[in-house]
Amino acid sequence: MEISNSPKIGVISGLERHKIRKKNGKIKIKISGGGQHAASITIFILIILTIYGFCTFDYKDLNFLNASYELLANLRTVFLHPKPTHFTLLEGLYQVIITLGLAFLTTLIGAAFALIIGLFAAKNLSNEYLSNAIKAFVAFIRAVPTVLWVLIFAVAAGLGSVAAVIGLSLHSVAYLTKVYSESYEEVDSGVIEALKASGASFWQIVFQAILPSTTTSLLAWTFMRFEINFTNAVAMGAAAGAGGIGFDLFMAGSFYYDLRSVGVIAYLILSFALILEIFSTRIKNKYLT
Amino acid sequence: MIDIFVKRKKQLVIFWTGIIVVTLGSMIITRYDPVLGITAIPKAIIWACSNFYPTEESLSKLPKILSKLRETIFLSIAATTTASILALLFSLFGSKTTNDNSVISTITRLIASVFRNIPDTVWAMVLLFSFGQNAMTGYFALFFTTFGILTRAFIETIDEASSDCVEALKSTGASYFQIVSQAVIPSSTPQLISWVLFMLETNIRSSTLIGLLTGTGIGYTFSMYYKSMNYNAASLVVISIVVSVIAIEFMSNYIRRVIL
Repeated sequence: MEISNSPKIGVISGLERHKIRKKNGKIKIKISGGGQHAASITIFILIILTIYGFCTFDYKDLNFLNASYELLANLRTVFLHPKPTHFTLLEGLYQVIITLGLAFLTTLIGAAFALIIGLFAAKNLSNEYLSNAIKAFVAFIRAVPTVLWVLIFAVAAGLGSVAAVIGLSLHSVAYLTKVYSESYEEVDSGVIEALKASGASFWQIVFQAILPSTTTSLLAWTFMRFEINFTNAVAMGAAAGAGGIGFDLFMAGSFYYDLRSVGVIAYLILSFALILEIFSTRIKNKYLT
Repeated sequence: MIDIFVKRKKQLVIFWTGIIVVTLGSMIITRYDPVLGITAIPKAIIWACSNFYPTEESLSKLPKILSKLRETIFLSIAATTTASILALLFSLFGSKTTNDNSVISTITRLIASVFRNIPDTVWAMVLLFSFGQNAMTGYFALFFTTFGILTRAFIETIDEASSDCVEALKSTGASYFQIVSQAVIPSSTPQLISWVLFMLETNIRSSTLIGLLTGTGIGYTFSMYYKSMNYNAASLVVISIVVSVIAIEFMSNYIRRVIL
């Protein structure tokens, strides 16, 4: 892939490149490939779009200086003077555990389905058409933001944990199917071929070759999804009435206008997210690299 | 020999009982009813097929939806780009290859960690107090989390991509700025851009959520139609989001293929 896109680098490699001289006899020290050019064009376009964006936003007569000053004061209240007013710290902790439960359930359901669907989405285990069809479908599911899935399901199931679990699970299935199938595709093709030649059935190949050799990376991905689902579960509590600490956050922020409670909730979420991140990084460093 | 198998079996039994206990516990505390959950899926599909599609009447709202979508997309782009510039600066302080001072490096990582691990939902709620129902609320919420995530990603990228080059340049007596501009940035640019594009994709999705919470952008448009039960128009919002997300994913995959 790299070579076909930047023929200059591909053809001239190793010591050969030092022989290139400019017209005036100096040795050429910069070799510009297509990649570098594309990179600078990308940066340029992003900056232009950003400037254009800032010029066209609807600021609604916002007094930026006042608002920023207020933000600093608010941040000080949130982070330096947190105090739970309409709930006790223990209740808050229990709500975080509910959110964790939500994240666990949705990750488990997602992993269970994705484990099987991923097999049919992997190019080396199923046929090309089925694989592409599943991958396209999964890309569609991922393109719809999680909160919209939850709200769509909420019309049928009512606002609450049922809609949240189904919506979050659906997104998890889509995400995990993608990463699982990529893990399956990395399995050495020789192993699969050898098993096929000895007359092993599809499920024998799966259980004897695919799953044992991918277990660690599947676990690492699943834990990463758990981390994402925790954040999502907080959001669903706030935006779709799914309960847990997210709902408390929404009440404290939009109903009681109580910044000090928001501070307590922020610290609770931060501490749990930090623990999850430390675990996730450890698992990732151990198994994924 | 037999001992190992017995031990393995024991471990498996413990693992699966653990999973089952935690699952049941989660179901009880979240009040999730699996029967209700399973029956809700066909119900939702039937409902979506009979109500959740754009009609001609809702197509007349398309210009309004598209202008909100445009604002949301530009907001995500602006937040991602500006956050990545700040993140690049911070990552130079946080990376062990570009900064020998371990105190500053640790502080930088800690700041990034706090920004990253407070979800955008929380940032949005805090920002709502000072910026109100304004595009800037969404902008800063996205900016803060993106900054946190990208600083960590950039530090890892810089450490991976350029430690050899930095050592080589150091031994030739290059100054700090020479090292950064000639070794660190060029050798990690493709990876850095890849990360920025990844965050751009993520942010367009999260900006919908933040919009819903703070009453701005395409998220607010959706919730207006949703709450007034104008599901035809709401479906049009979803479709336009899907199209734009897939288009941006397609573009960034193309860019990645060229630059990596």
